[in-house]
Amino acid sequence: MKRLLKKSTLILASALAMSSQLHAETLRLLTWGGYAPQEVVDQFEKETGIKVDVTKSNNEDMISKLRATRGAGFDLAQPSQDRITSAQADFDIYKPIDLSKIDANRFISSMLEATKKNTAFNGEVYGVPHVWGTSGLVVNRKQAKGVMDYTDLCQSALSGQVSYRLKRPTLIGFAYALGEDPFAAYSDTKKYGEILAKVEKKLIDCKSNVKAYWSGGDELLNLMRSGEVKAAMAWDAGGWKLNSENPDITFVAPKSGALGWIDTFALPRKTKAEEAAYKWINFVMQPEVAAKITEAAGNFTASKGGDKFVNPKLKAQFNESFPPADVDNIKWYPPVPPGLEEMEGKVLDRVKAAQS
Amino acid sequence: MSQWKDSGKLGLILLVSPLALWLALFIVLPHIDMVLISLRERVAARQYAFSWGNYTEFFTEPLYWRTFLRTAVMSILATGLTLLIAFPVSFYIAKMLRGRLKAALFILCLIPFWVSELVRTYGWMILLRETGLFSSLLQWMGLVDQPVEMLYNDVAIMVGLVYTSMLFMVVPLVTTLESLDDSLIEAAYDLGGNHLEVIRDVVIPHAMPGIVSGCIVVFMLTLGNYLTPTLLGGKDSLWFTEQIYTQFITRFNWEQGSAFGMLLLVLSSVIVWCGLKLSRQSFTRVMT
Repeated sequence: MKRLLKKSTLILASALAMSSQLHAETLRLLTWGGYAPQEVVDQFEKETGIKVDVTKSNNEDMISKLRATRGAGFDLAQPSQDRITSAQADFDIYKPIDLSKIDANRFISSMLEATKKNTAFNGEVYGVPHVWGTSGLVVNRKQAKGVMDYTDLCQSALSGQVSYRLKRPTLIGFAYALGEDPFAAYSDTKKYGEILAKVEKKLIDCKSNVKAYWSGGDELLNLMRSGEVKAAMAWDAGGWKLNSENPDITFVAPKSGALGWIDTFALPRKTKAEEAAYKWINFVMQPEVAAKITEAAGNFTASKGGDKFVNPKLKAQFNESFPPADVDNIKWYPPVPPGLEEMEGKVLDRVKAAQS
Repeated sequence: MSQWKDSGKLGLILLVSPLALWLALFIVLPHIDMVLISLRERVAARQYAFSWGNYTEFFTEPLYWRTFLRTAVMSILATGLTLLIAFPVSFYIAKMLRGRLKAALFILCLIPFWVSELVRTYGWMILLRETGLFSSLLQWMGLVDQPVEMLYNDVAIMVGLVYTSMLFMVVPLVTTLESLDDSLIEAAYDLGGNHLEVIRDVVIPHAMPGIVSGCIVVFMLTLGNYLTPTLLGGKDSLWFTEQIYTQFITRFNWEQGSAFGMLLLVLSSVIVWCGLKLSRQSFTRVMT
């Protein structure tokens, strides 16, 4: 009996040791669709021997997942830069980045500095930039010619033929189109509440125009592809993807400004493969690798020189959607102060419940 | 002798412990935790205080209790419709058919459940959407001259819910109806009863436990359904479970979400209890 016990303990211990060893060789990456294409993952494994376990997610889902485990379960996450400090303040799910382990020369320096500033919390930096892009309008130019701004989605001619998300970018976009400056009001809760009330009214009026509120990127692509939706508020990459299939559809930078986001690299607090995470960051920021990610995701990266290797078609699509003046007009998301999202949540609930 | 008794006790403990552990670890503890979470409120970053606020929020914000009311009413309606459709089907399977045909028909009811609910719901979306099968068919037959949208409304939700719950009504009904002795039905006819009277006075009273247990299962499944109302209902879906999901996942408001979860549990139990009282059935009789 004793021997059996000893034996089984030994087996158990060695199994545990083996599993932890296997563990160290795996990087569990919590990211967005397209940010870790198979080709890049394979190349990374070949060069470093580290396996990458990719979980596709979105901003809210990332925070929820990490909150549930208090920062465990993943080794590297990719939240947007504006959503890091508030999540860190409330839930303590991230770990500061050791900037000495990052090869800063591989980043576009202005973008790296901006992200460092926006993700700083208690004097520590929690994020470095990876992929950036905008949200604006995806329009079928033949069938919905007049759509130039977010509020144009409410034109009566488009009744039942538009789509947008019931999430915060929609609130921000509509606020800008209504002539407000929501980002400037971030620190002024009262003013922000007034802006939200205005947006709420507009969105409720606009509800009869909405075919469906989309929630996943593929859902929107299908709605646009089938022609059931003629104009939508969406990400630029989705618009360019549709443009490659059907030249009538493309991404349009709204008159009041496209909303610019930067997705970052952030370390979950209980990351088990920190070294592998830094290796991955430095690996994907090489221009050639970054270009492959751009191909897959449809968005440009913060890698210095990465756009040189991107195929000319995407560049042409970008230039068509963004004349230089529109690039300057991009509204970059500042960090969201805690508490605002609760106000926004109630507005979104009421819009959802309103009868159209 | 005493050794026998002891080992019997040990056996009982061994038999019961997996169940007890399961109940304690996966049902009781999480619910206690949920109650505790629901009774606190965020006052500042990483600071929480005791509060009833999450519960009062449900009753003071019309949005939330209206959503619950809507969910409950639609679930009751879906349960009724499912019963209405499933009863003749079950009666036919249990009483009119024999042998292989009976098994075949039963399997036919079962087959849709071999694929996941998500796939079944997407199937309905393909059929009902504006560029979908029904719309194209109607246009081809010349009944309509432009695409018709049949998705994203309450009827679509109802169709999806009834379809999803069908099996859970048919199974208990077939079992209870099979236990009804055919000679009782014959006797009722011999004594001069017509179809309606036989159904009303003989078949339904006998099938009552099956009806009630089927209704409870279908009602709870419908009330707790998330996929079907969200996917088929579109912009006006408004299902209470969706509200809970939103609070947890997109608003990071676990406190409010837990309160809604507890309210859903309590209120749905009350509705089931009312249903049992109205149909004069007891829970133990229905479930055994």
